[in-house]
Amino acid sequence: MTIFGVGFAAPWLLVALAALPILWLLLRAVPPAPIKRQFPGVALLLGLKDDETVSDRTPWWLLLLRMLAVAAIIVGLAQPVLNPEDPSATTNGPLLIVLDGSWAGAAGHTQRMNSVQSEMSRASAAGQTVAVLQLSNPADLLFLPAATWATRLAGLPPRPWQPSAENVSKATQIIADADASSSLWFSDGLEYGGRDTVLEALETVGPLQVFQSGRETLALTPASYIDGAIDLTVERSGATQARDVIVLAQGRDPAGNGATLATATASFDAGQTSTDVALVLPSELRARITRFEIQGTRSAGATTLVDDGLRRREVALVSAREGREGLELLSPLHFLKQALEPTADLIEGALSDVLPANPDVIVLADVATLSERETDALLAWIETGGMLLRFAGPRVAASDVSRVEEHPLMPVRLRSGGRSVGGAMSWGEPKSVAAFADTSPFFGLSIPDDVVVRSQVVAQPDPTLANRVIAELSDGTPLVTRKVIDQGQIVLFHVTANAEWSTLPLSGLFVEMLERLSISSSARLPDAEDLNGTTWTPLQVMNGFGILRDAGAMPGVAGPELIDGATRPDLLPGLYQSRERSLARNVLQTGAVLTPAMWPARIPVSGLTVRPPQPLGGMLLALALVLLLLDIVASLALSGRLLGQSARATLTMLALGVMLTHPDATRAQDAIDTGAAAEVVLANVITGNAKVDDVAYAGLLGLTDTLYFRTSIEPAPPTSINLETDELAFYPLLYWPITPEQPTPSVEAYAKLNAYLRSGGLILFDTRDANIAGFGAASPNGRKLQALAGPLDIPALEPLPRDHVLTRTFYLLQDFPGRHNSRDVWVEASPNAEQIEGMPFRNLNDGVTPVIIGGNDWAGAWAITSSGGPMLPVGRGFSGERQRELANRFGVNLVMHVLTGNYKSDQVHVPELLERLSQ
Amino acid sequence: MIQNGAQNAAGLRARAESQAATLPPLLARAEHLAGAVLLGDHGRRRAGMGDDFWQYRPAQVGDSRRMIDHRRSAMGDQQFVREREWQIAQSVMLWCDQGASMRFASTDALPTKADRARTLTLAAAILLIRAGERVGLTGTRLPPRRGKDQILRLADMLSQDQDIEYEPPEHRAMLPNAAALFVSDFMGDISGVQTALTKAADRGVRGTLLHVLDPSEEAFPFRGRTIFESVGGTVQHETLKANDLKDRYLQRLAERKAELQSLCALTGWQYGLHHTDSSAQAGLLWLYQALNGGVRV
Repeated sequence: MTIFGVGFAAPWLLVALAALPILWLLLRAVPPAPIKRQFPGVALLLGLKDDETVSDRTPWWLLLLRMLAVAAIIVGLAQPVLNPEDPSATTNGPLLIVLDGSWAGAAGHTQRMNSVQSEMSRASAAGQTVAVLQLSNPADLLFLPAATWATRLAGLPPRPWQPSAENVSKATQIIADADASSSLWFSDGLEYGGRDTVLEALETVGPLQVFQSGRETLALTPASYIDGAIDLTVERSGATQARDVIVLAQGRDPAGNGATLATATASFDAGQTSTDVALVLPSELRARITRFEIQGTRSAGATTLVDDGLRRREVALVSAREGREGLELLSPLHFLKQALEPTADLIEGALSDVLPANPDVIVLADVATLSERETDALLAWIETGGMLLRFAGPRVAASDVSRVEEHPLMPVRLRSGGRSVGGAMSWGEPKSVAAFADTSPFFGLSIPDDVVVRSQVVAQPDPTLANRVIAELSDGTPLVTRKVIDQGQIVLFHVTANAEWSTLPLSGLFVEMLERLSISSSARLPDAEDLNGTTWTPLQVMNGFGILRDAGAMPGVAGPELIDGATRPDLLPGLYQSRERSLARNVLQTGAVLTPAMWPARIPVSGLTVRPPQPLGGMLLALALVLLLLDIVASLALSGRLLGQSARATLTMLALGVMLTHPDATRAQDAIDTGAAAEVVLANVITGNAKVDDVAYAGLLGLTDTLYFRTSIEPAPPTSINLETDELAFYPLLYWPITPEQPTPSVEAYAKLNAYLRSGGLILFDTRDANIAGFGAASPNGRKLQALAGPLDIPALEPLPRDHVLTRTFYLLQDFPGRHNSRDVWVEASPNAEQIEGMPFRNLNDGVTPVIIGGNDWAGAWAITSSGGPMLPVGRGFSGERQRELANRFGVNLVMHVLTGNYKSDQVHVPELLERLSQ
Repeated sequence: MIQNGAQNAAGLRARAESQAATLPPLLARAEHLAGAVLLGDHGRRRAGMGDDFWQYRPAQVGDSRRMIDHRRSAMGDQQFVREREWQIAQSVMLWCDQGASMRFASTDALPTKADRARTLTLAAAILLIRAGERVGLTGTRLPPRRGKDQILRLADMLSQDQDIEYEPPEHRAMLPNAAALFVSDFMGDISGVQTALTKAADRGVRGTLLHVLDPSEEAFPFRGRTIFESVGGTVQHETLKANDLKDRYLQRLAERKAELQSLCALTGWQYGLHHTDSSAQAGLLWLYQALNGGVRV
């Protein structure tokens, strides 16, 4: 029986619906169940009568809910069916189902297979046997009952190629031999050679019906690099209306997991079958892309693999002198490393070491002279496609390289000495960079205002100069020049690679310029001729859905074939490798066009919509179950038992708990760090001995006050730091009192301390024992100091010499007392201890010794109480106060020394300079 | 069970000690044995045995030399003797309702009435014992004694539950002219309280009633069809609309309170109301003042 298009298998059950009104009356009369409550006050209630004796009524909406549930059960049991089977007759006799089975069908594969299933079940209802022929992979026909074929459909996935001429001729042969009476053709919607032949063959068999989805096929052609952007072309088979297609760049995130790295939107206008989309990505991201896909389309054609073109380049950095430790910002290679590290693999070392690695780019930072052998080797490397990137510098300016005639490894001749503009000793403003000419590889980069050049080496005017300049200053002086040698090139930046001569390395422009230069040195896409005679073995191959799998032991492919041939069973799309080069072969080649399949008017074409009979009974019964559950909840709520007091309290606590158990520890630490970084903050190391720590903190507080009152250093209140957990980099000075029982720092803490010492930090070790044992192993504090300092990277030490800069950074001092007055204070030893005439001060390591070791208990002498008075007595009477004053002066000198570095020691040259100037 | 009881007793004592720790020792109002004269806080106002200074008097013949207070005597030529005030300990009789109706708390967050009543009773007892008073239970089970051991015994006795639903106040063996403290929810038959108080008044016992109630007993926050059941399960009352009963219940409760208050007024007792959702400290403060001389509510 059918009512409103819904069939019922057991329609008589519906009679039970008539009983619903009776149920209404029954349910209405039942009062809610009583709640039992403990209540001591019941004694007072005894004898009280209810005013109303009528039972409470069930609310109407609860009744409705229950009625609906019962109705749903009744209707559900009557077994309703949507779209009941319509037993309409078709032709009898074997049915041939033909599938294109190409990649173009991968997008709608599930839908198509459902459609095939439904046609098969129709055929089986009509008693027909069925055979399936996949044109992209034709095999002999098997006429079997539809149920048997249904299990075999999974074995007919879309193939990553279109039916070839060979496939078509074989299929035509098979069709001609088959004794089918009718046929169905599930087309993928794309035109290919030989489709007409198959059509003819099928028409001779019997009535033919074509199923073709209305959706258009989308495909991506291989990505190419043009002007720093990735160019992708999206093709489509239809051209009916405007639509947007989203292209996903897939790759690996830094953790190595697959991720969508970028998306771009390609817009088709109505009537347009092909559109370009350009994707500008940071090269770090670009280097990780492995494939592009069209969102929502899963097919080999809508996937394009990416090969070497986007891989990380190998860059070798060579500089003349090894950067001294602790001077990273002055190292000529620092900014290059920072700029290139995210996008390239860096090699460092001497030129002779890096050349055999055959890098893509070699950077010479301020390297003037090269030996003959090195020059020849470099030239040979450049000729084969290497790129030499050179930076000027004091050495290049001072040398005679490329002075008289052009050096083969220099793009231009240089004037001697260079020039400096806008410095303290010269006229004029620092020069800014002029906009890039359209012939320059840098064309289009925006130049920040703060990029200025103060010094540079200047090119000699030459006939060839104009062609070689790719960037110039605002006054027309060449800034970057380039010379092409065979396949390679030499590029010279006329400034240093660090920030000494210009602010260029500090700017984002520098990174972008390097990026442009590195790109132009990338491997060019090969064509068929280039690959003559090579054989490429597949690494990974794609199936029709665009999913990669390992190629296994598939045979290799000849180079030209790989570039020009169409994909077929023995030339699958995927990644191919030949020696160290790798190449991506995609289904579509650059310039490919998708043509939609057109059918003659005599052939009936229908879509792929399927409307199988759909039983509704289960849904209705489930609905009834849900309604009954709702009824339980509603009944509980009505009688007040849904949420007890305790449950409500628990929920509130849970909510509060979730809010509160989220302590933002990192943020708190950040706040401390920000404070420490914004101001000068002295710090003491926590030893674990509360008394010593308190005195150390109070000492630094006293020193902070002294500095504040007497000098231009205005430090923020000091902090106590835990070596294990706190960041040290913000503190110019660590005061480390030694106690025999303090714990030895962990390995990580030592690593931090060593980094701190190397980057210009100073640790003041204080054994607080007046150095009675002369730092031998006799005093417990001395032994502990030896144990603690063992793993530290401390240079050779010497007793503080009389001409050390510490003796005169602010006060002139010869004694460094704390609470004790011992003369032995040790600092870093001078490497060449000879005293130069007229130059009494040392000029070491930017003037700052990494450690100072003594035992005078300085913090004890500096320490003040919260009221500002001295915390501990020093000495006796006036001489004691004098000693405290000297201790404070030592503290001032110490902090001055740390903060000013060699500036103070350089001051001694001032009279000399003034004298020279007056001459 | 015994061990469990002992643990309960120890726990109760610890809580009571912590409540009592923040108050100074308490000197209960002293009603003297013979006279009905109320003299105030300072003992007997005459020299005798005691701790507090009373007066210096000139040394007389017959005073032994060691009685002379040399600090005072050194100020002049005359010799003085330091006298102390005569102080006498007071007996305080306690009764705390141990019935089943006290073992009720409307939510888990609140203590049961029994718990709060025992804590307050024992805290008061501790204060009294620290002040040197003799404290015991009404009835014959624990006569008043002084000393710290008595606290232990009290704690032990107070943690024993009774099965009876609403326990009437124990009024036997009350010492004449002692002080008394009754703590209960007074939900049971009022005649028991009446008997006890009149009997106490006959014997010259002055005291304090502390009415301990759960907040739900004051608010009656119930709706719908409900069967109310006493804690012991012996009394039941069913209603179809609990919210309708609210006003009448509250009226009865107010009547009960008024009855207790008038009873107290008649017998010279003091009436105090304590809710388990307010702090125990507040209850103890009130008790402290009440026992120490009386508050006018």
